[in-house]
Amino acid sequence: GAMGGSASLIPRDLLGEYQELTFLSKQEILLAYKRFSELLPKEERENAYSTRVPKSQILTLPELRANPFQHRICHVFSTSETRDDSMSFEDFLDMLSVFSDSATSDIKSHYAFRIFDFDDDGTLDRKDLEQLVNCLTGQGEESRLSSAEMEQLIQNILEESDIDKDGTINLSEFQHVVSRSPDFASSFKIVL
Amino acid sequence: DGSDDNEEGSEVENEETAKGTDKGRKRATPRTRRAHARGRDRHGDEDDDDDEFGTRRAGHRRHRSRRRGRAAGNEASDSDMEPEKARKNHANQKSKEDDEEEEDEKGGKSGKGKNEKKGDKKADKKGKKEKANKKKKDKKKSGSGSDSESEEEPITEEELAKLKEEVEEKKKLIATLRNKPWKMKKKLSVLKEAQLFVEKFEGALGKGKGKKFYAYKVMMTKKWMKFQRDFENFKTACIPWEMKIKEIESHFGSSVASYFIFLRWMYGINMILFGLTFGLVMVPEALMGKPYGSLPRKTVPRAEEATAMNFATLWDFSGFAQYSVLFYGYYNNQRTIGWLKFRMPLSYFLVGVGSIGYSFMIVTRTMAKNANDDGGGDDTSFNFSWKMFTSWDYLIGNPETADNKFASITTSFKEAIVEEQESRKEENIHLTRFLRVLANFLALCTLAGSGYLIFFVVRRSQQFALEGLENYGWWERNEVNTVMSLLGMFCPTLFDVISSLENYHPRIALRWQLGRIFALFLGNLYTFIIALMDEINLKARYFLFFSLEEEKIVKYNMTIWEASLYNGTIPENSTAPPIQVDPADVPRGPCWETMVGQEFVRLTVSDMMTTYITILIGDFLRAVFVRFFNYCWCWDLEYGFPSYSEFDISGNVLGLIFNQGMIWMGSFYAPCLPAINVFRLHTSMYLQCWAVMCCNVPQERVFKASRSNNFYMAMLLFILFLSTLPAVYTIVSIPPSFDCGPFSGKTRMFEVISETLEHDFPSWFGKVFGYASNPGLILPFILLMVLSIYYLNATSKSYKEANLELKKKLQ
Repeated sequence: GAMGGSASLIPRDLLGEYQELTFLSKQEILLAYKRFSELLPKEERENAYSTRVPKSQILTLPELRANPFQHRICHVFSTSETRDDSMSFEDFLDMLSVFSDSATSDIKSHYAFRIFDFDDDGTLDRKDLEQLVNCLTGQGEESRLSSAEMEQLIQNILEESDIDKDGTINLSEFQHVVSRSPDFASSFKIVL
Repeated sequence: DGSDDNEEGSEVENEETAKGTDKGRKRATPRTRRAHARGRDRHGDEDDDDDEFGTRRAGHRRHRSRRRGRAAGNEASDSDMEPEKARKNHANQKSKEDDEEEEDEKGGKSGKGKNEKKGDKKADKKGKKEKANKKKKDKKKSGSGSDSESEEEPITEEELAKLKEEVEEKKKLIATLRNKPWKMKKKLSVLKEAQLFVEKFEGALGKGKGKKFYAYKVMMTKKWMKFQRDFENFKTACIPWEMKIKEIESHFGSSVASYFIFLRWMYGINMILFGLTFGLVMVPEALMGKPYGSLPRKTVPRAEEATAMNFATLWDFSGFAQYSVLFYGYYNNQRTIGWLKFRMPLSYFLVGVGSIGYSFMIVTRTMAKNANDDGGGDDTSFNFSWKMFTSWDYLIGNPETADNKFASITTSFKEAIVEEQESRKEENIHLTRFLRVLANFLALCTLAGSGYLIFFVVRRSQQFALEGLENYGWWERNEVNTVMSLLGMFCPTLFDVISSLENYHPRIALRWQLGRIFALFLGNLYTFIIALMDEINLKARYFLFFSLEEEKIVKYNMTIWEASLYNGTIPENSTAPPIQVDPADVPRGPCWETMVGQEFVRLTVSDMMTTYITILIGDFLRAVFVRFFNYCWCWDLEYGFPSYSEFDISGNVLGLIFNQGMIWMGSFYAPCLPAINVFRLHTSMYLQCWAVMCCNVPQERVFKASRSNNFYMAMLLFILFLSTLPAVYTIVSIPPSFDCGPFSGKTRMFEVISETLEHDFPSWFGKVFGYASNPGLILPFILLMVLSIYYLNATSKSYKEANLELKKKLQ
């Protein structure tokens, strides 16, 4: 029913190429298309393949709704020229591919780095780490760490991960740390 | 500008074809001039090309080294070599760049010189990055296509090999494209280019000998890949319960969901075991064996007939259930049955052995797979970084769960900070040590106590059986099962209490807890087996001693009794037609295998009931109580004492593992066990999914399941090994009952193999087998295996050491 309908809206060779280029299976791509088009108002659904969905709509997805990094995720995967973090269907597929179960740890850690890099400068400096901690501890005032604890925590992290001791964590240091974690690949996962 | 260069290149090629190798004319063509007019560097280069060969080379060298720092080394050497080698170097370079310089190669072989190849190369380098290239490539394609067809020059082996190499590289690129962190647009363009390249080239690669075969091979490979991909999609679609598990993941996180994934995996294994036992043992006997009532072993004895259909009897798996394909005793020992000449005893034996073999194989394979993912090991050097970067579970989609997760992350941060500060403090080592020793002592006492209790209860139940079960009520009849299930329920909680004495880090405490529960279940199971086996051994020895006499006695009884039907005369010869005796009246020999099978089935069923009742009472009723009585209770039930229960992952996983151990142990004697287990797992899945979503709350302390994964697999393997020991022991050293089962009449069960070899295989096969089972051959083989294990162990150790060295260097 719905699957058949959406299948006809993605040309078959393109479907094959998407399967080549992402870690998703055919059903997952079709499901992604269905969910993506549901984010659009009815009139635009026919054209879902080439429309961009505004960020506010993307954030209503249940998979992203409760995620503290939702804004960063939209920003990193969006290819919008107007910098409004809107996502096209291909961006959406890119995102699902990186977060899928079969994606390699390499590509996951690459994108995780970009998501954590709040100021987009290519390294994780103190400010980024502080913001990261605040995201993880939630929005309530009582759950935030005191500034002394924050200092201590960031100090410990930089001691552990900053190999070249330059006060920031770059991509290779990040990948080195994270690839050793047995939990990373299984927690960095979103499935529709 | 790449496109223009390509265009120019193709034009150049065409020009060359048309006008021979006169490079000078190139500049005269209108297109070239047009390209010139755009004022590109390259055209400057092309101008240089028109000079003498030597100068041209220098010009190229200069320009190329300026424009392509990357390939500088190659280029420098290029110009110094002859055209032939230069072409090959070009090939090397091209293999690093993604475009169809193949055409150039093909064009090149007709002796066009380096000129346009270089031009094309420069073009191609930029062209890689541009989508518009495609059109130009099409043109080029047609151009070079006509080229290659019109000029059938022999390609050297080396060039062929190089081209093959490039195609392979392109294919590899296509395969790894999804791994590159590029945007989809870029990936699409690169993919299209690479695919065109491969397609175009592959068609012409098979030039010369074996072209058709090569093309055929290529097409088959493509079809095979497509088939594989479709099959993967199909397999993914077939996986059951995806949506359920996904819902649980989003509410509870990945660790609770890992239990359900494990359950689903076990379900798969049990389905296969069920398929084997059902298809190869139960169905043939039911369809082709002698029907119910034709033989004494297949009929309910007269004495029990009255109660045979009662629900109570059936629930207890006696009566009609006992005398059916569900149990060992029903099977006849005929060598072949039915018109298909199906070898029933052989099939029974092989299915038993095959189930165990299959289980071993699949558990080991899963363990190996998990071991690959578990690279890091017990590394605590990145404690804080991991907490920071990997603690958020992206599967969580429920705001409540997210809040819980935030709280737990905050707590874990604070704890870790405090712990790190306190780790240098002096602890009261002696008190801690004493408490830990005390805790272990208490745990041992519990284990010993539970083992003794089971032994005692099993013995008591044997006594009840001797005195006749009708005299006793429900408790006595089900004492063993109930006691075992209750022990399994309460002892882990006891262990939990004991472990609070020990004051370990939570992860280590969890390991101790799992280890103790494991020891508990194992001890219980083995005590149970030993108690049973004691009885069986007793009976077996008794049988061994008396079996022949007993057989004679029973047979004598039968003749006497037949004689009574002949009115007193004992028939001398059996020429008289045998009187039709109702099999229900024939006196029976004992059948310990069926008894063992029945015990296991009863244990499984009672375990199942206990689990369900525990869920309903422990989780559901408790949740109902907390929810509705909260309004009229003194303290807050939801935060205070009972509150909602958490899902006990480790307890449930262990329960599952031990249940499977029982199935493995008992399925040889009761072919119906895998079927019962499939039913049990199926209903378990639905019931537990519902219970988790309805009555449980997400855990406060979240333990990552991943590290424990291989621990559970290792336990499963261990249990599998231990479960097969009793079955193997009985097959090898206890004689089968003479009056029931497919092996009746043989001294040992495995004799069915030698019997099959004798009758069904040609004689030389038996000889070969005899030689192969000669100790003289087997011992060297075992020695060889031991040596290879030692060697593999040594190499793996050396790899680990090398790994550590590298790690240290990185730090």
